[in-house]
Amino acid sequence: MKLELRGITKRFGSLVANDHIDLTVEPGEIHALLGENGAGKSTLMNILYGLTRPDEGDILIDGQEVVFHRPKDAIAAGIGMVHQHFMLVPVFTVAENVVLGAEPTNHLGLLDRRRARQDVLRVSEEYGLAVDPDALVENLPVGVQQRVEIIKSLLRDANLLILDEPTAVLTPGETEDLFEIMRSLKASGRSIVFITHKLKEVQAMADTITVIRQGRVVGTLPPTSSDETLASLMVGRSVRFVPEKEAVVVGEPVLQVRRLRVADDLGHIAVNDLSLEIRAGEILGIAGVQGNGQTELCEALVGLRAIEDGSFAVAGRDLTRTSTRDVLHAGVGYIPEDRQAEGLVTEFSVAENLTLDTYDEPPFSHGIALDLDAIDASARERVQQFDIRTESIRTPASSLSGGNQQKVVVARELSRNVKLLIASQPTRGVDVGSIEFVHQRIVEERNKGAAVLLVSTELDEIAALADRVAVMYEGRIVAFRPPDVGREELGLLMSGAQPGDADAAVSTTTTSSP
Amino acid sequence: MTGTDTPPADPAGEVRDWRRALLEAVAEGNSVTVTVLAFVAAIVVGGLLIAFTDPTVLRHFSHFFSAPGSALGAAWSSASGAYTAMFRGAVLDIHTVNAALHGGSVSAVFAPLSETFLNATPLILAGLAVMLPFRCGLFNIGASGQFIGGAIVAGYLGFAVQLPPVIHVVVAVAGGVAGGAACGWLIGYLRARTGANEVITTIMFNYVAQYLLLYLLGTQVFRRPKRIDPISKVVHGTARLPHIAGGSLRVNFGFVIALAAAAGVSWLMRRSTLGFELRTVGANPDAARAAGMNVERSFVIVMMLAGALAGLAGAAVVLGQDFSLTPGIYGTYGFDAITVALLGRGTALGVVLAALLYGGLHAGGVQMQAATQTPIDIVTVIQAVVVLFIAAPPLVRTIFRLRGQKSGPEEKAALKVVGA
Repeated sequence: MKLELRGITKRFGSLVANDHIDLTVEPGEIHALLGENGAGKSTLMNILYGLTRPDEGDILIDGQEVVFHRPKDAIAAGIGMVHQHFMLVPVFTVAENVVLGAEPTNHLGLLDRRRARQDVLRVSEEYGLAVDPDALVENLPVGVQQRVEIIKSLLRDANLLILDEPTAVLTPGETEDLFEIMRSLKASGRSIVFITHKLKEVQAMADTITVIRQGRVVGTLPPTSSDETLASLMVGRSVRFVPEKEAVVVGEPVLQVRRLRVADDLGHIAVNDLSLEIRAGEILGIAGVQGNGQTELCEALVGLRAIEDGSFAVAGRDLTRTSTRDVLHAGVGYIPEDRQAEGLVTEFSVAENLTLDTYDEPPFSHGIALDLDAIDASARERVQQFDIRTESIRTPASSLSGGNQQKVVVARELSRNVKLLIASQPTRGVDVGSIEFVHQRIVEERNKGAAVLLVSTELDEIAALADRVAVMYEGRIVAFRPPDVGREELGLLMSGAQPGDADAAVSTTTTSSP
Repeated sequence: MTGTDTPPADPAGEVRDWRRALLEAVAEGNSVTVTVLAFVAAIVVGGLLIAFTDPTVLRHFSHFFSAPGSALGAAWSSASGAYTAMFRGAVLDIHTVNAALHGGSVSAVFAPLSETFLNATPLILAGLAVMLPFRCGLFNIGASGQFIGGAIVAGYLGFAVQLPPVIHVVVAVAGGVAGGAACGWLIGYLRARTGANEVITTIMFNYVAQYLLLYLLGTQVFRRPKRIDPISKVVHGTARLPHIAGGSLRVNFGFVIALAAAAGVSWLMRRSTLGFELRTVGANPDAARAAGMNVERSFVIVMMLAGALAGLAGAAVVLGQDFSLTPGIYGTYGFDAITVALLGRGTALGVVLAALLYGGLHAGGVQMQAATQTPIDIVTVIQAVVVLFIAAPPLVRTIFRLRGQKSGPEEKAALKVVGA
């Protein structure tokens, strides 16, 4: 199926979400739609799926003009969509979900469960989408739920699949599986529109890349284009991926962790006998698959989680059984992994969020009275200094984009004089421009002599920032490595291979490959 | 009116624009509008109830098809008569103004307002006692128990102690505050220490307080001599809250205290570090913890403050209206307070306005019953209907055809894009 969009324009009030967008998707092509949050990708796809009507422009399928009034029309025309947030009923089985809305019935008019199951099995075998048709959706991991959505579209004879930010919710392993599925779909002649803002993914998967910025197509490129080219098109200015790191003479140890043991919410040991040390002017990157104790480690270090055994000290001062307030006052900055859950009060204003942990200190308060003028003045300054894009300092944090919300958290934490910065997933779900900015600020703190504990599941981030890499697996640090360590070795270590094995495995591959 | 030759002097167009602007403002469907309209709807429902429970109206309706006019007329006069009487009892009776102009009593003019303010006093304080924990994420069903705690201590200090005039009332009021705060502290402590849900503990504590009061009224210390019914000794004159508008009007200094408390709460929530903490804990306890706030301590403090306010309400009633303790002294204040806090939309000013409204309904209800034989229970019905409508904003929007925040998938998608 060949899809053409011609001059699609959509306005919301004074905002032009899509401005004369032309796009052609060839049969059997993976077409990536690359753009920052708010660039207009989702609006375009909603138009294509019949959720929104365009103000101008035409949609052509195999040269025939079509008009979609509702998603049903788009589905009938062979278009399927996998939303970022799945449209599944958690308490139904996979088979039930898949047939929902187009239930096969037997000659009595009753739901034909057997056929539903068979349909699911047939499609999942054909495209390598391993799914148990009888499993309840609520018990499935996110990656498998996504497959259920894809099967749903395929059973409705979708020839063109729209995947809206499909990797945003997936682990690296699940992402690989998804890519495998996308390849087999492509091989069967189906087209895929792949919406994302991750450069690595488009380079790996796309046949053609269309970059959208502020509602306009700013370029159509081959997948061989470099990171820099794509990112600068996307952001509209040149982007530096690896922040410039001055050579810094590392100083005294700032964070010293000795044989720390921490339990998770269920009482299982999540951090096991962990020891590490970070010196002034050093970034220690903790690489690891999510769920290997990184969260618990960070929480323990800021006093949010009880420590079972062991100790830690910041700048020589033991803080093992200290309240969060005292840890923060001792010069620790904390960027939590989930900004909406822990970093911000989303219904509070930007100004209030910027003083969330300094409201009771001068100049923001005198005795018990808040100094609202001082809070506002400081907020205006921070908004400037950290380039927080917000209508005003009174705007609630909930109406900011993910990147700007994160900048609020970073601005707040770095406005205090921090000796140790704990940054957990500091750029998750953040657009390219903000990633660059947040990375720069973290490196600046290091250059100023702070110690930084960086936890990230993105290996790119670790490689770009860390001075030293520690690999965490099942609550322990299994190895320390220099920042230029090979991806392959890191991957093996992260999946639990012993350091010796990993070295051996890597050396065998290197010796056997020439 | 399509001609462009007379645009400057087109009154119809001007009116249309003005009405349009007003409509736009109303149709935004914000919460204040919904609140007001909920009240309007409640008045209408109450009016229908008044009319159709009136035997006279029903008699007219038995001849509805022969004389529909007289039936509807009777219904209208019944409802409007009742509401007019209510207004006279709550705000102003024009007859007293005439009388005052012809040499009658001036204070009689203000008697209805005095009753409204008197009724509103404990409602303001108890309403604040519900509103304040609500902003911190706690639901205080126990204003009634804390009210009793305050009333017991204030009442005891009022009749059992001899002190010079001004000092006595100050001590008694302070005692009421302390008594309520102790009750609130207990709830907050249980929540912070054991995680016991405050909804359950406050409801249970209400019973504890009620039966404690009943027990105390049977003891030698409290019971009034030569009475067999449970009623306490009378509060000394020195411990009574002074009148603020002359001896013939019942409104007393408690009303001033209530307004001051509302102003204090407003300042606390908006301008103080403690209020900031309480609001943060209420909005997102995880973020509050990560920012170094002590969530458990906030729970204890806010419940103590709430208890103090409810205790103050108890003191205001026992030292300003009843002058003795009875088993039913807590009335319906505890639950009315929840309604007042809801109607007040979680702000101190809103609570004051809602309490004045309820105080007026009560004061007017008495007058209504006396003048038109309409049962005062209708006031309870109106209150209940207000709550019903407020709890269901979409219902109000549908009735009044407001454009609500309801949005279809297309609008939602648009919002998402714009917001991103």
